[in-house]
Amino acid sequence: MPLTPIRRIALGLTALGVAISLGGISEMPANAWAADAPALTLYAAQHEQVIDMLAEAFTKQTGIKVLAHQGEGPDIANQLIQEGKTSPADVYFTENSPELMLLDEKKLFAPVNPATLGAVPRQDSGPSGNWVGVLARENVLAFNPALIKETALPASLLDLAAPAWKGKLAIAPSDGDFLPLVSAVLVEKGHDATLAWLKGLKANAAVFDDDEGVVAAVDRGAAATGIINSYYWARLLTEQGAEKTHAQIYHFGHGDVGALVNISGAAVLASSKHKEAAQQFLAFLVAAPTQAMLAKSDVDFEYPLAPGVAANPQMKPFAELQPPAISLSKLGDDRAAAKLLREAGLI
Amino acid sequence: MRWTASRRPPPALLAAGGLAGLLVLVPIGWTGWLATGVGAEDAAALLFRPLVGELLLNTLALIAATALVTGMVATATAWCVERTDLPGPRVWSALAVVPLAVPAFMSSFAWVSLSPAFQDFGGALLVVSASYFPLVYLPVAAALRSMDPALEETARGLGLGAWRCFFRVVLPQLRPALLGGVLLVALNTLTEFGAFALLRFRTFTTEIFAIYRTSYDGSEAALFGMVLVLLCLLCLALEARVRGTARYARVARGAPRRGTLLPLGRLKLPVLAGFVVLALVTVGVPIGMILYWLTQQSSAATTAAGASLSAVTQATWATLQLGLGGAVLTMLLALPLGFLAVRYDGRLIAGLERTAYLAQGLPGIVVALSMVSLTITLFRPLYQTSVLLMLVYAVLFLPLALVGVRSAFGQVSRGLDEASRIAGLGWFATFCRVLLPLAGPGVAAAAALVFVSVVTELTATLLMAPIGTRTLAVQVWANTSTLAFAAAAPYAALMMLLSMLAAWVLARSSGVR
Repeated sequence: MPLTPIRRIALGLTALGVAISLGGISEMPANAWAADAPALTLYAAQHEQVIDMLAEAFTKQTGIKVLAHQGEGPDIANQLIQEGKTSPADVYFTENSPELMLLDEKKLFAPVNPATLGAVPRQDSGPSGNWVGVLARENVLAFNPALIKETALPASLLDLAAPAWKGKLAIAPSDGDFLPLVSAVLVEKGHDATLAWLKGLKANAAVFDDDEGVVAAVDRGAAATGIINSYYWARLLTEQGAEKTHAQIYHFGHGDVGALVNISGAAVLASSKHKEAAQQFLAFLVAAPTQAMLAKSDVDFEYPLAPGVAANPQMKPFAELQPPAISLSKLGDDRAAAKLLREAGLI
Repeated sequence: MRWTASRRPPPALLAAGGLAGLLVLVPIGWTGWLATGVGAEDAAALLFRPLVGELLLNTLALIAATALVTGMVATATAWCVERTDLPGPRVWSALAVVPLAVPAFMSSFAWVSLSPAFQDFGGALLVVSASYFPLVYLPVAAALRSMDPALEETARGLGLGAWRCFFRVVLPQLRPALLGGVLLVALNTLTEFGAFALLRFRTFTTEIFAIYRTSYDGSEAALFGMVLVLLCLLCLALEARVRGTARYARVARGAPRRGTLLPLGRLKLPVLAGFVVLALVTVGVPIGMILYWLTQQSSAATTAAGASLSAVTQATWATLQLGLGGAVLTMLLALPLGFLAVRYDGRLIAGLERTAYLAQGLPGIVVALSMVSLTITLFRPLYQTSVLLMLVYAVLFLPLALVGVRSAFGQVSRGLDEASRIAGLGWFATFCRVLLPLAGPGVAAAAALVFVSVVTELTATLLMAPIGTRTLAVQVWANTSTLAFAAAAPYAALMMLLSMLAAWVLARSSGVR
């Protein structure tokens, strides 16, 4: 039977599809396990653009390819727990310390090389020495000056649960960055007060999926204030330009819990088959040139932890921040906070 | 003697069809199993809390509003195109189909990048209504076309005005098409994830993702997934009922011909303006915004992360691989099932077919989460592979493929394969040498449709793409959710191009001019 053009197309497409999908299948494991070119598998709960930038620079420096798997802190942590000893991951790099504390408790990490740990202040890495702090981010209150004067902003994060703030607040309880804040309140005030605080927030706040949503809402005037990491405000400012950005940020002071500084850190998985490359990646993360590259990039808006590296000039100098005195081990993992969020009906 | 009714289906064929049915049931079963891990007391505490009520209200209000808007707009436009002297009816009816090639999350990219003010209920309503309006327009327009105009002419002759004739004669006849379409809109709104996540509008589906992200344990998300599945199946059952029961009996069929067109008169200009606005909203803004951001590559807007050529090529390649692989796998499952359904009878086959259609009511997020969890626990070799992702596509788009395959096979006369069987060919040879070549264009069309769906699929791809693989849809998502609109534009443009190309193949092969 003669082939009509349509049949030819259909046949060709089918053959191509089979070929390509078979190609994809056979190529897949080769990518991950080829002996000659050890690729590093990175489980990342950092921003995709930051990961891309880091991966590219690392490959350029060492010739080691990086395969990244992206997600939110807790879900990647859960995935690592489920995968256990057979996980393909070599490195876990996340925005917040609690996930690292949790996985460390579950004995999933290998010790970090002492030289790498020595590159950043000791108190910013895991107490066990099994994960290293890489960057820091500050919690702030975004506000819209057209809706509220800076002088009317509260002295403490805890005040935002008061009835006076009804309808004036935006939060993102399902963002991975919100959990550590709840953990911090829990450390300072205990279970009952934290639950009452969360219930107050629930009554007062408009809820968004993530910090990007919160800062955008404040910027367009849909909410007077919003709890975010300063990261997202700096990002918005960069995207929109100063003249188009209405939102500003307010720093809680005097060691208030609202000024909590989250540590973004990384660890080598105990199950990693490329431990050497993985350690190399961790050392690369905290090396001064890498940290300077991040600070200058206008892609990442976190504070470099390596001493002597200046932060992005859009941000308030690190030395001027007044975070609460809560150690990483006291902050612990996020499980109690996650439970409280559900109890309060925020998730 | 008819061999088809009496002959029992060949076991191999039945096994292949059974596999397809099983594949649909696996995610439901595993999600149910996971959900039981929550424990009755915790489950009750989780389900009966104010948040769930709020989300349900949020979701249902949006569904009701979307159903109303799409129902009214689609009926009004279809009626104008089919029944009045509106200029350029062909152009308008073609434009009404285009939104099908633009996934909802891409229109929300367009609207959100136009102004963040669309991030609320109104914006969500606008975006989903614009995206899903063809789902109502198409059946309603088809119903209007096949309606016997004699009824309307009689009504008008008996003294009914144009309006009253519409409400008392036309609308009742449109009811099955209208309700069926609206229920499809409801189903899609219920399972939509990407569009609402970008619009920052919380529904049941986005909340499942939020729960998954903040939980160290998957059973809770599974519990909510089960509730969502039940809601979807309810929509599906309602739709089946509406389609099945509503018949308007007439003694003779009458001739479906084009009736006299109603002159619009002075209303012509306002109606035309309305159509222009509709086209702008449904087609103009999504395509226009992508083109706009494409020209902004060098501006400050791209500082966060520009799209490099190699990243774009890689994403396109990955999308093509998954799209073609997914389409082939879906067709491999749909063909035996379609063949069984058209050529053999029996309760088992009817059951299998119905099971396959159940997949229509399976939200991508539920299927993806359950398959990840299933392979992590039981089938580690499949875990994080592109094959697994293609299998999930096959589950999600099996109903789509099956509809196409069935109608293509149905158009081949049974006499031909009876002749082939009498000539001594077995069922497999008959299938390959008679049925498949004759039904070729229809089967190709179904494959093209699946390809478009895979290329524009976001939720499952986001959760399941193999490590290091990023598709066009995932890149659009990653950049848009961090407000890097210009960086998202090249990916969005390519995705649109691919799906339009496939739509063109589809149109050519199904004989549409």
